[in-house]
Amino acid sequence: MLNLFINSVFIENMVFAYFFGMCSYIAVSKSVKTALGLGAAVTFVEVMTVPLNYLLNQYVLAPNALAEGVDLSFLSFILFIAVIAAFVQLVEMIVEKFSPSLYNQLGIFLPLIAVNCAIMGGSLFMQQMVGTEINSVGDSIVYGLGSGIGWWLAIVMMAAIREKIEYSHVPAALKGPGIAFIITGLMGIAFMIFSGIQL
Amino acid sequence: MKLSKNFTSPLAANNPVIVQILGICSALAVTVKLEPALVMGLSVMFVTAFSNLLMSLLRNGLPSRIRIIVQLVVIATLVIVVDQFLRAYMYDVSKQLSVYVGLIITNCIVMGRVEAFALGNKPWDSFVDGLANGLGYAFILVLVAFFRELFGSGELFGFDVLARFGYVNNSLMLFPPMALIIIGCIIWVHRSINKDLQEK
Repeated sequence: MLNLFINSVFIENMVFAYFFGMCSYIAVSKSVKTALGLGAAVTFVEVMTVPLNYLLNQYVLAPNALAEGVDLSFLSFILFIAVIAAFVQLVEMIVEKFSPSLYNQLGIFLPLIAVNCAIMGGSLFMQQMVGTEINSVGDSIVYGLGSGIGWWLAIVMMAAIREKIEYSHVPAALKGPGIAFIITGLMGIAFMIFSGIQL
Repeated sequence: MKLSKNFTSPLAANNPVIVQILGICSALAVTVKLEPALVMGLSVMFVTAFSNLLMSLLRNGLPSRIRIIVQLVVIATLVIVVDQFLRAYMYDVSKQLSVYVGLIITNCIVMGRVEAFALGNKPWDSFVDGLANGLGYAFILVLVAFFRELFGSGELFGFDVLARFGYVNNSLMLFPPMALIIIGCIIWVHRSINKDLQEK
């Protein structure tokens, strides 16, 4: 389980290894504060939706799960995205009700989490890993937590670097997204040193 | 006239990937070789074009409160069609694409074009817009895959190109970070040419 956690945070990092959630990663990594908030929200949604989708997969979608001889796995995309969208809507309503200040801080990012590829990607990878690395609800929670934290780590580091790079002389054409991509690539190369770690 | 402008602008000047920075999520991982990149590009083209068309046909009878969920259902259905098609006719490629076909659902280009264009325009215009944006996306995907396959494995579409000149493969090109650096360089070149896109 620890191995699964380390693996999903560092080695198979959502951003550096799979490019998941790049859109919001590039758009929101301009200040550390908003990056922290968005990262926390993504991690929370990931921790909740991956186990939910795991249960859905085990008891409804997998071959012979619902009834003998019924294979509904072709429906997994539409059901996973429905669970994610419904959950994000729920989180939005709860946050708005109980913590209006946090709600205002996150603003538009909260509904956008529904279309963040890191969330959907987490569930789809979980579905592929059932039977090998992930064998219980506990495993799926650990995997959701790990991949969420990996994404959080990446966006906060990126935001910190971009705050500093404001003061450097970047070629005019590279400013903004161009340099952000190249920095992410270099960070990805740095993260490659973690590959092959086994605990 | 307007139609042709709608068609050409997403190809270069207003490219969804390198200008609007949309849809990178599911894009780069499939660019190790040209073949999966091309298939992925075509799949996204199909989904953007038809989701734009369908949402544009539905736009007048659709209450705006439930439009997001309707969009997701339409897009997810189209993606399932693509996925089942690839599994039936191109099994090897669909294995290589693995989860990335499913991630077309959360591809920001699809949602973005439906929200920004299809809900306010006629079906035929929306169809062309979706097609052109998908094409712009496919173009960048193929460009990145071209460099990665050429320098990473010395091949193009699986045929030896550089290898016969004694080129030693640079396997770093096959690792994910290089896709990001290549796309950074594409943005660099593109913005050097289109100066009005540069940030102050």
